[in-house]
Amino acid sequence: MPDATGLELIAAEVRERLGDEVVAGTSYFREQATLEVAPRSVHDVLSFLKEEASEPWPRLMSVHGCDYLPDEPRLGVHYQLLSMERTDRLNVKTRVGVEEAELPSVVDLFATADYQEREVYDMFGVVFAGHPDLRRILMPEDYEGHPQRRDFPMGGEDVLFTFNENQMPRWYDK
Amino acid sequence: MTSSSDTTPQSPLDVPYREREESVTIQRMGGAGEPVYGTELEPTTELFTINMGPHHPATHGVLRLLLTLEGEVVRELVPLMGYVHTGIEKSCEDQSYWKVITFVERMDYLAYYFNALTFCMAVERLLEEEVPSRAQYLRVIHCELCRIQSHLFWLGTSILDLGAMSLLFYANRERDRILDLFEMSSGQRMHTRYFQVGGVFEDIPPGWDRKLREFVRDMPGRIDQYEAILDKNEIFLQRTKHVGVVPRDHLIDLGVTGPLLRAAGEPWDLRKAMPYSSYDHFEFNVPIGTIGDHYDRYRVRMQEMRESVKIIEQAIDGLPEGPYITDNRKVALPPRYELATSMEALIHHFKLVTEGFRVPPGEVYAPIESPRGELGCFVVSDGSSKPSRVHMRDPSFVNLQALRAMGEGGLVADLIASIAMLDPILGGVDR
Repeated sequence: MPDATGLELIAAEVRERLGDEVVAGTSYFREQATLEVAPRSVHDVLSFLKEEASEPWPRLMSVHGCDYLPDEPRLGVHYQLLSMERTDRLNVKTRVGVEEAELPSVVDLFATADYQEREVYDMFGVVFAGHPDLRRILMPEDYEGHPQRRDFPMGGEDVLFTFNENQMPRWYDK
Repeated sequence: MTSSSDTTPQSPLDVPYREREESVTIQRMGGAGEPVYGTELEPTTELFTINMGPHHPATHGVLRLLLTLEGEVVRELVPLMGYVHTGIEKSCEDQSYWKVITFVERMDYLAYYFNALTFCMAVERLLEEEVPSRAQYLRVIHCELCRIQSHLFWLGTSILDLGAMSLLFYANRERDRILDLFEMSSGQRMHTRYFQVGGVFEDIPPGWDRKLREFVRDMPGRIDQYEAILDKNEIFLQRTKHVGVVPRDHLIDLGVTGPLLRAAGEPWDLRKAMPYSSYDHFEFNVPIGTIGDHYDRYRVRMQEMRESVKIIEQAIDGLPEGPYITDNRKVALPPRYELATSMEALIHHFKLVTEGFRVPPGEVYAPIESPRGELGCFVVSDGSSKPSRVHMRDPSFVNLQALRAMGEGGLVADLIASIAMLDPILGGVDR
């Protein structure tokens, strides 16, 4: 893991190249470096970190979504970058609000982001602009709502059978 | 309420669920001549769209593949999953931390020790809790046993898909001995819930190490037997050699990890590269392949079982004395005998069982090497006794993206072999 100083160096490098407003903050927590960036510039930052940074981060291992419900902006998307050469990890994080939940897709940089962005879209409703095939992946294709959001009720849905499909209210129109 | 049947349906939401179940995906596939995302189709004969799965024995679970066939050649392949999505990650948000272990174990149901380990490691990192070295060694032993049993089940079912039945019984014979060991140490054969935050549930019982040593002694010979069945089998060699090759760079770009990546020649193993749970104390090799065909994938997994046996042998020989779980009473339950004599123990026990322990706010990602690749658990804590987000980066889910590269352009029969060698566990894919 880059230590706290190393993280600041990475942040300084990103700021120098892409502008001050790109980096929203840094945090170093439990030996894990997190670079928080503005939602608009996710693609630019990851592209820079992958190809041009002095110590590049060429692999994307995972994309996580999460919902920080009382806080604003509510939704967070984390990109876990990996350098196999230096055996090192960097977390790039961004926060978007529920109303303007749109991020640039990074599928053109990392092919692995395909399913993972679809999962975040499915579960949290973050739209990845430029994704070649943004469909639901785990929930049914005609499902409404994004079940991993914190305001989605747990067990809020009755079991659907053939005999009650015309009568049964769904969770959103109760 | 949805509209009743006497009104004419206006929006798609007014149509009952079953009636609008006609899949969007099938419509998306378009006609025979239309180019499809990701491929450049130049059909010479009529294309034929067919569903393989979700209920197909060779898909290793409920994986549905939408195949576009030209004769017997797969021209396009769209994996569709979600048929066993049970919302485990959502359910985890409503459980206190120590109850979540039971849930995450049921994701990848052949690698349950790994799911529990990665979640426990994430929570321990949030708590800054040190795990005693005996517990770390016991975790290593159980994880490696679990890796062997997962690979054995992969071996049996995959070779069954290629037409050889007997190996399934041989592989399950050894797998059963491992499950016996699990039953002896934890009381359960599967989903053992043996790993706890801060250590393991119980020390190993007397006689367990003797049974384990017997197993360790027998296992290399048994692997030789499996290889004797397969290595000179003409059918097996023809079905696996030079089939399903994906270049190494493409695999890395797709995020593929584990035996699939190592078979393509990339020596990436988190146990070596970023050691956790005292894996750096053991001598073992990382087997890699040369060209990355199905045969290499088979060889890598067979060799991995031998390496796992070596790790187990070293771990049981060097098993340190000491506590098997942390003595921090705020995290781990007090020993049973203290409850009758100590008031504090009773209070701690009550607090842990009713509320659970609280975890400082923060977010961590803890990756480990599971039998299928990098398994990572991302835990967000808001300071309460329940996690606010548990996300598993499951290797099956990510590796499944390589299936298109393996299967497209090949025969349907080779696609069966590709699924088998990819080794996806649909419980882990869908969670």
